[in-house]
Amino acid sequence: MNIVVQKPGIHTTVQDLGRFGYQKLGINPGGVMDPVAARLVNILLGNRDSDAVLEMHYPAPRYLFGEDAICAIGGADFVPAVDGSEIDNWRAFAVSKGNVLSFGIKLAGNRAYLAVSGGLDIEDWLGSASTNIIAQAGGIFGRALRANDEIELRSTSKLNLPVSSGKISHSLIPNYSSHPTVRVIAGAEFDCLSNQGLKTFLKNEFTVSMDSNRMGFRLIGKPINLSAPREIISSAVSVGTIQLLPDGQLIVLMADHQTTGGYPRIAHVISYDLPLVAQLGTNDKMTFQVVDTKEAEDLALQFEKNLSFLRAACRFQTNS
Amino acid sequence: MEPDMVKIFPLGDSALTLDLGGEISDTLNEKAIALSNYLDSHPFPGFIESVPAYSSITVYYDLVTVRHYFPDLMSAFEAVKHIIENGLPAVKIPRSKKARTIEIPVKFDREAGPDLEFVAQQSGLDTMEVVRIFTGSTYRVFMLGFIPGFSYLGQVDERIATPRHDSPRLSVPKGSVGIAGKQTGIYSLESPGGWQIIGQTDTELFSPNNKKPCLLSPGDHVRFVSA
Repeated sequence: MNIVVQKPGIHTTVQDLGRFGYQKLGINPGGVMDPVAARLVNILLGNRDSDAVLEMHYPAPRYLFGEDAICAIGGADFVPAVDGSEIDNWRAFAVSKGNVLSFGIKLAGNRAYLAVSGGLDIEDWLGSASTNIIAQAGGIFGRALRANDEIELRSTSKLNLPVSSGKISHSLIPNYSSHPTVRVIAGAEFDCLSNQGLKTFLKNEFTVSMDSNRMGFRLIGKPINLSAPREIISSAVSVGTIQLLPDGQLIVLMADHQTTGGYPRIAHVISYDLPLVAQLGTNDKMTFQVVDTKEAEDLALQFEKNLSFLRAACRFQTNS
Repeated sequence: MEPDMVKIFPLGDSALTLDLGGEISDTLNEKAIALSNYLDSHPFPGFIESVPAYSSITVYYDLVTVRHYFPDLMSAFEAVKHIIENGLPAVKIPRSKKARTIEIPVKFDREAGPDLEFVAQQSGLDTMEVVRIFTGSTYRVFMLGFIPGFSYLGQVDERIATPRHDSPRLSVPKGSVGIAGKQTGIYSLESPGGWQIIGQTDTELFSPNNKKPCLLSPGDHVRFVSA
């Protein structure tokens, strides 16, 4: 039982919540760009949060199902349809053997996630199913999907259960926007910004450049200066780290970032707001707002609580 | 390990970095590696992984788990900072003579090392002399980063230290041995890169299907031998 890729779309990859424990070897965590979307669709199906999903960009792929399955899609809205009938994001839906799942237009966001009940059957590499393109490992042959690839599904055991009809509550879905205010924590070199640089960082909009991908988003904006040049010895970086490049422009490191870097670390996107950044595309704009570590943690903690309620509710539905 | 010189700052809400002092030295790097190994073998609840670099170590954690286990502390950051500061005195620096030494055969010629001539010119030496000086030192693996298995080795003899190219090459072949200032490194995979390429090795630095995917680990010693 499997899904056959009829059209691969642009850079469709298998991802989970990431590969941890190997950054000291230069192997980055990778994983989904928008972990909240991926977790929500998995939870909706009664899967583990960390089950592998397909991360899709626009133009999106087209899949032929070789077996009955229950699926859910979240994140970007590319107007999914099963055999031509439109379906909603954030709601479980049934697909029958021989059905085609396709996508229409790009309505909102830039990365959609397809989860299948029971999970995709992907061989782990170093403890994760995530595709690592540079290492050519993980996922499907360590690369983006191609036409005629076949993705195995784990099991049909859950297919006898009724599809939970509920749609995920709005309050759990990130407040996606093409011009979000993104909350950040000050980085080690935040205090090295010149007065003018600080003002620029906090008051101006930054545009996502075409030169943006899963490694990082390059931003275009008024150049930012440090009060004095800083020599920084390379050290580890993280997803969401905002580095200041020598030309005064910013880069936000994303899922496939290099493990180490030597540019000034101006700020870090808080975990709670990472999905807002992950769903941006070329020419979208963002502004930054600085919060403290405690506030960032409290937001993440509260969200985790809300997720556990959803998890309990979905389990109740799929088991009853 | 003495905690007084250490600066700790958040690297976002799920990681923190300890800066052991802003310089590249064997001593600081040994401390970073020792602390990283200590944390790997004494993980606290919520610990994800630690990454030693030249003179720092970064600790990644699951803030939800940390907050759950340490509810009395104001934040997960404060809790992890506290744990590490308390653990620092227990960290022992292993004697550096215990380091493994790995020999890497390298072909040094114009084809394998397209920048060998340039490095020689910059240094005012002939290429044979550059190779002699380069292979005359034992290098320390300060850290891995950039791409899987890429190791930052040091330190290159002043006489042949050459700054990187102004604009990086779009593609540097796998196995290329490069110099960037006083650093040297081996491209574990084909990738873009700006280092001065002086030779090439057939040694596999990164084998994704091995249980231990990378040949080198932080703290290892490397000797290059002319193939």
